[in-house]
Formats: sequence, structure tokens, C-alpha cells
Amino acid sequence: MKEVDARGRSCPEPVIMTKRALKEDEEIDVLVDNRASLENVQRYGRAMGKHVSASEEGTGWRIAIRK
Amino acid sequence: MEKVRLTSLVRSSGCNAKLPPGDLHDVLSSLPPFHSDRLIGGYEAADDALVYDLGNGRVLIETVDFFPPMVDDPFLFGEIAAANALSDIYAMGAVPAVAMSIACFPSCLELSVLREIMMGARSRTDEAGCVIAGGHTIADREPKFGLAVTAVHDKDKVWTNSGAKVSDVLVLTKKLGVGILMTASKGGECPEASFNAAVSAMRTLNRTARDSAVDLSVHAATDVTGFSLLGHASEMSEASGCTIAIDGSAVPVHDGVHDLAMFGFLPEGRYTNEDYIAEKVAFSDSTGQTMKDILFSPETSGGLLLSMSSFDAEIYLERMKGSAWIIGKVLERDGKPVHVL
Repeated sequence: MKEVDARGRSCPEPVIMTKRALKEDEEIDVLVDNRASLENVQRYGRAMGKHVSASEEGTGWRIAIRK
Repeated sequence: MEKVRLTSLVRSSGCNAKLPPGDLHDVLSSLPPFHSDRLIGGYEAADDALVYDLGNGRVLIETVDFFPPMVDDPFLFGEIAAANALSDIYAMGAVPAVAMSIACFPSCLELSVLREIMMGARSRTDEAGCVIAGGHTIADREPKFGLAVTAVHDKDKVWTNSGAKVSDVLVLTKKLGVGILMTASKGGECPEASFNAAVSAMRTLNRTARDSAVDLSVHAATDVTGFSLLGHASEMSEASGCTIAIDGSAVPVHDGVHDLAMFGFLPEGRYTNEDYIAEKVAFSDSTGQTMKDILFSPETSGGLLLSMSSFDAEIYLERMKGSAWIIGKVLERDGKPVHVL
């Protein structure tokens, strides 16, 4: 599974990184470490018609974006 | 020399750069109480601006506002920062008299950039008929700019946010969504037409919005900035002891904002605002996520929010020629301070 590490990035960068990654892979994991990124990346995935789920990991979250 | 993108130098921008409202409240409420008979409305009421009683029926109104850039063009940034700072004075029904600049500027940038920012601000204070002189500039990694603005006004003509009356309607004078559009712009995702509309709105003074209402009976007024429409509406309804009902479908929104919100181009302030305001707002079941995102998002140099009778509002809307919208009404306090229908 391709992993996009968007920790330490502020909006809208994590969304842009997710967008770029989804152009190359249909399914990705995105790591984020702040609430705005957690919410915004999930919104992006859902708006793209994907199945999206998030789980806590370390001090942040792992967002799974699936077909 | 290559042009530096101002927004690439800053982490957050515009009114979105405000400290989260909850954090600020914690600090302010921990300070020792302060009292002065000259401070109208008391220490707690001095939110964006303070009102100082000069005697003989006159007051001094003082405000300061500054933030990091949300656009790359320095002249435009100066215009927006100035329009935003001047707005606090218009929101109190007054006219800005004098302004001083407050600036932070990276030593690595060419000084011509600072000059352009100040020229932009000057164009706005000129339009406002406001004297601008002096100020203070410090070297800082992130550029920031704003104004401290002073007005002198009749004590009995100051608009406050505490006089909204049951059966009033609420009027908003700029469309929402500039915070979302600027977030998308930072990622290169904002359509050009939407960007231009947002910039045009942000650099527009709230002068006409104020002047068009000054002979009407404005019961309560504020301007919509970093605290979002819901934040500023909740402050007004709490101060007035009423409930404000906002009709989500009547709220004007810039083109492109719905889509960008849906795709997650939301400023961080949208979430910190919700943390602080959510308990004050009751949403109807039909209010969608995207509408909530828009209503919680910070605005920069937003419009005035005025509470007035529906009779006066009709006159006002005609004068504003399509630049004002009735977005809600004032009810007896019913549960939460703000309802979104």
C-alpha cells in the first residue's frame, strides 16, 4: 500500500499530496498529525467517491483511502 | 530577481491566522479585572474595538488588526489588510479618522515589497478619507501587515452587537467563502474567476455598507471575520439575549466555494471555530456538511452583519443594489443562541 506522509504539513498541502498520490494509485494510506488535515483529507477522498476510514496511530492518524 | 510568492512565506493567512478563540478567552479571563468609567460597555465588551468616553457626548473608538498575507501580490495584500482593519470602525457605525501601520517584514525580502504593501494600504485609507501616518515595523520571518485605526463618534450613535430586537431581520453585506477560496488558492486549486471575486470583495471597504445604514435604525452590528458567520452571529445573539435564526439557503456564497469545501479545502480555523462555537448552534437536520463547513470557516475582510427592522432592511437592500442579503431573523431566546434552518 502506498503511504503518503503528510505529517508536519498544514492545509491545504495534505489534500494536494493526497490528490497527487491518487492520480497514480487507486488506494493509498495518508498519515496526518492535525485535526484539519484529518478532516480535509477524508473529505477529499469521499468527494472522489472512495471509501475512507481513519484510525489513530502514534500521535496522529492513518487515513485509509480505498476503492 | 524572481518574484517571491508572499503566501509561500507564511503558515496561515488572513483572519485564519487568529489564535483559536477558546485559547484567547482562557488568557483574557485569567487577567485581573479592569474597570474604568470611561470604558463604555466595560472591559469584556472591548472585543475588536474599544470605545472610550471623551465626555460631551463624544467617544473615541480604537481598533488594531493585522495578519499574514493570503495573496501573493503585495499591493493587493496591503489593500486587503487595510480594508479589514478599517472595517472594525465601520462595524461600529463610525468613520475612520486616523491610522498607523503595523508591519512585520522578512529581512531577506526586497524593500520594494514592503513599499507595495504600504501603497496598497494607502489606496484604501485614501478611499476611506482616513489620515495615515507613522507606525512600527519589525524584522520577522513571516510578513504581516495591518493598521491601528481610530475614530471619533457621537456616543449615542455607536453601533454595538448587543441591541438586536425580536422580529428584526439580519442583513449580510458580503458573500461568504473567501477563507475557503484562499486556502484552495494556496494549493493552486482556486478557479481564477472565484479568486478574483474573493479579492475584489476583500479589498472593498465596508464604507458604503455603513453609509447606507447610518440614517436607518441599526439595532446591532458587527463585521464577519476570522470567527466565521456563526461565531459573530452567536456573539451578537448572546450579547442581545436573543436567538438568531439563519436561513442557510439565503446565505450568499462565492462561486466555487461549495465544491472546494466538499473536496476539503478548508482552513484550519474552520475546526477551531467549531470547537468554540458548536455548543451555541443548533442545526436543522437538513443542514449538510458543506453548509456547516462554510458557516464555520473564517472570513477575511468580510461584510457587515446588521440587525434591523424588516422595513429598514428593505430600504437598505435597495440602496446596496444587490450587495446585501437578508439571511435570517431575530427570535426570542429559544435554547441555543443560533439556529441554522
